[in-house]
Amino acid sequence: MNPADITVSRLARRRARAGGAGFNRTGAQTSPLALRSMQSYADEQAALPLPADGAARGIAAVRLAHAREAGEVGSVPMPGAITAAFTVVAAHLEGDAPELLVDKLGERLAWARSSVRLYQALMDKMAALAATAPAQPLQAAELRPLRDEALEHMHIAASALDSLGADSSALTPSAAISALVTNGVMQVLTDPRTTLHQCLEAILTVELADESSWELLMRLAETAGQEELLRHFHRAFRHDHAHVQKLKHWRDLLVLGAPGH
Amino acid sequence: MVGEAMDLLAHAGVPLEDQMLTWREMAGKPISKLDDDAFTRVRVILMNALELDAMRLQDFGARSEAELRLSLACVRRIEQHQATAVSWMLSADHSALEATVACEQVAVELTAAIAQHEPDPYLAQVYRFGLLENLDRLYRYAALLDRLEGKDANNILQGYTDIVPGRPTAETHRAPRDDLRRASAPGARLVSRLHMILVAAAAHRARDYYMTVGPAFADPVARELYAEIASCGEQHATQYGALLAPGQSFLESWLLHEAAEVYAYLSCARSESNPRIRAIWERFCDYELGQLQHVGGLMRRHEHRDPAEVLAHGLPAPLEFRSQRDFVREVLGEEVHLRARECGFIDHGAESAESLDYRRRVNAHGSPSTQVALSYHWTAGTELNRPRPPS
Repeated sequence: MNPADITVSRLARRRARAGGAGFNRTGAQTSPLALRSMQSYADEQAALPLPADGAARGIAAVRLAHAREAGEVGSVPMPGAITAAFTVVAAHLEGDAPELLVDKLGERLAWARSSVRLYQALMDKMAALAATAPAQPLQAAELRPLRDEALEHMHIAASALDSLGADSSALTPSAAISALVTNGVMQVLTDPRTTLHQCLEAILTVELADESSWELLMRLAETAGQEELLRHFHRAFRHDHAHVQKLKHWRDLLVLGAPGH
Repeated sequence: MVGEAMDLLAHAGVPLEDQMLTWREMAGKPISKLDDDAFTRVRVILMNALELDAMRLQDFGARSEAELRLSLACVRRIEQHQATAVSWMLSADHSALEATVACEQVAVELTAAIAQHEPDPYLAQVYRFGLLENLDRLYRYAALLDRLEGKDANNILQGYTDIVPGRPTAETHRAPRDDLRRASAPGARLVSRLHMILVAAAAHRARDYYMTVGPAFADPVARELYAEIASCGEQHATQYGALLAPGQSFLESWLLHEAAEVYAYLSCARSESNPRIRAIWERFCDYELGQLQHVGGLMRRHEHRDPAEVLAHGLPAPLEFRSQRDFVREVLGEEVHLRARECGFIDHGAESAESLDYRRRVNAHGSPSTQVALSYHWTAGTELNRPRPPS
């Protein structure tokens, strides 16, 4: 740290210790004099005034060049043996929509499997918190139904794929990409340092996306004339809608209801 | 490109001064995790391992071979660019854990293929011993992939490699003395020397990869497992590295390594199903031939030796890139009970006190490889797909 800023940082450190928190060193306010010096020096060293979007043009050009040659993540594994259900779907859905249905079901299946593991990780964290901070607004047992319903959604998606003659063990392109999204949430939930509030925010993003995707699948099923699939997808949607409400409620209790968490 | 039973020194390849890659070529279009054959990924990981090994060898050579430093810097530059181009073939939708499962598939399939074609019985035994430990690590990582990420390892393995326990990882932690295998003789056959280089390179890469990605996991179970298996990787690096005959000149080591790279690229090109990737294997094979010619010239000038002394008999038959499932199951059934003591192999129960003490101490806070896979039984579509017991 810049010696000229030591007085400021000592003050901030005393305040931080009083509140029981650590000393976050990342912001400019921890070293205002050093930052002023850095900024003015950087401004002096810039040879030419930068165009407002100069950096963006360079990056965009590289991305454009790669996008032209990139191709796709992979192909959708379409049914090896065409079932009666798939025949009906193909008759009702235009263009690429039958393929999209298989792709999106594969995505829900992968998402649901991840969700089960995410809820398990959250339950493990709740068990650890119960030992050190017993007064939490929810208990691990309250998460069990959400985990179990995620497992049920996995089976709904797998059964739907099987009914269409598709391979439910295959990884569809959207399933592969969705795993990149949930990977970040997995990191949050399994980090022993994260708080319950942080974890609830993270898993809320999973449930919001899940709710929206089942809603889309309901519309596809309805268009495809698949009443039984629609009924199962609607059940999953209702579950996720309830999950979103519960997670928001617990999150709000943590943020608005009690200090010091 | 070259034909069967090739005389390495008869092919000029691409001259060193003409070997060049642009940044766009180094960061080219990756393979597809979904549509490319798993053995394409196996080849990518193997060739990345071999290029990294080449760089490591050339780094060490530069420390002691002052007269060769310029040649080493020039060759190492293109080797590093090739290493980048190959490594970047892995698409970004591979999670670190999926890439890890793929890494162990390389170890199991490559070591099994080599064990069956290795003419020296002792070396073949070393490879059979090692592959059962890689098989177990694959099983442990598959358990973590299922229980942490909710994914099926078979999406990576594509039905080529079994997911079952091998020699239990918790029981493979040995004192360094018991990882030192007997060095091969200076006059070992070329095929044996090439095998050693390939297997050692793969082991080094696995160790270094696990040490790089391990800390990026937030989950303490994953962090502990990677710490444990990275150490196992170090054991394998020691084991396979010990096979290489000491005392050969640096230039001979370098020449052999370039020959191993030609052999591996040639083998990759012969079996590659993706035409775009095959073209890269062929191009890099020609680069390695050019590097081989360069090193051969150095050997003539500095050691007054004909590289044909080392490479007289030409390359062996190309490496096999196909499932070795039957062989692996046979070895598992017959040799999972084996343990190691100094350079030999003994029955479970006859290990050294030194290794037993080391194992007790390093496992003192628990065994992550045991904990992560408690009751793990691979099931297609993950454990969650197993029929639920009636309530």
